[in-house]
Amino acid sequence: MNDKNLNSNAGHDGMDNRLWSYIDGTATAPEKTVIEQLLASEAAWKAKYQELLEVHQLLHSTELEKPSLRFTKNVMEEISKMHIAPAAKNYINNRIIWGLGIFFITLLTGFIVYGFGQMNFNSGQSSPIGKTLDKLNFSNLFSNNLINAFMFVNVVIGLVLLDSFLSAKRKAHRKAA
Amino acid sequence: MSTGLNDNEIISKVLSGDHQAYAGLVDRYQSYVFTLALRMVKTREDAEEVAQDVFVKAFKYLADFKGASKFSTWLYTIVHNTGISFLRIKKLDVHSLDNEQVFERADNLDSGMRANMVEQKSKIRMVHDAISMLSPDDAQIITLFYKAEQSLEETAQVLGIETNAAKVRLHRARTRLKEKMEVYFSEEIRNL
Repeated sequence: MNDKNLNSNAGHDGMDNRLWSYIDGTATAPEKTVIEQLLASEAAWKAKYQELLEVHQLLHSTELEKPSLRFTKNVMEEISKMHIAPAAKNYINNRIIWGLGIFFITLLTGFIVYGFGQMNFNSGQSSPIGKTLDKLNFSNLFSNNLINAFMFVNVVIGLVLLDSFLSAKRKAHRKAA
Repeated sequence: MSTGLNDNEIISKVLSGDHQAYAGLVDRYQSYVFTLALRMVKTREDAEEVAQDVFVKAFKYLADFKGASKFSTWLYTIVHNTGISFLRIKKLDVHSLDNEQVFERADNLDSGMRANMVEQKSKIRMVHDAISMLSPDDAQIITLFYKAEQSLEETAQVLGIETNAAKVRLHRARTRLKEKMEVYFSEEIRNL
């Protein structure tokens, strides 16, 4: 079976879609050639093409609707009471975003490192995961001075970053007002 | 007035403090925005409210327009989002494209219209009436593509979908429009 027959046997939806692409000018060059051949040889394709083209032309012939004559005046009156908001990029400080990201990654890494540090990899039992997890001593997590200091520093950094983020936002709002 | 300036020049003027220059953009795009809004919300009163809201929002967030796309594409994205919100607030049905209820709804809305249809209806009016029977989604994509001077890529951007999806939606919307015209305006079509 050749391409032409395959194309001729395409369903109505396929025909419609291909013809719309052809009419819109979005069909590829080889597809355009195939459709042109079909239009020249197949009456059904030609009839459908005329039908769709008519709809296309009718849609182009429609006019835009017009709002009331006072429309522009109404909009201008409305915006006279307003201010343009500062661009989002001006009040979103990338350094703060990065700082917050680094803070949380550090926190997470600290917990993971500590967790692995508590594990006994040489326990050599038949079910190592269950057994070694049992050996994790979470009570040490908050009793160890080093970890407590680490947590404290992270919390302070977090609060400082949060404060600078909120201050920047407040300043931006004041400036906009 | 700022009629001789292009969109980006007007935007620069507005952002540098000349708020009156914004009237140039409103004048330039009010018919496009109003038509798009009307296709979604169906009544002129609601469309005017949505259109006004769109221009107010566009003004407020003008500093966020980066110029990466055409101003019209950015503006029509606001129309799309504002229209959807309006329909949700009004609790009107936003029909999906594949929802066959769209046709039933149009049939019900228009049950009395067929009998009283004015025979000499102009073809433009006929197309407008047929579009008004479509779902907001269908009517919007047709208007964006044919009347709002948006390419398929830009239409897809406004609707927040892929270009291929926009292409399929447009094809389906036109097919449904054709069906509407054949059902309700068969006589007018014969006289064309």
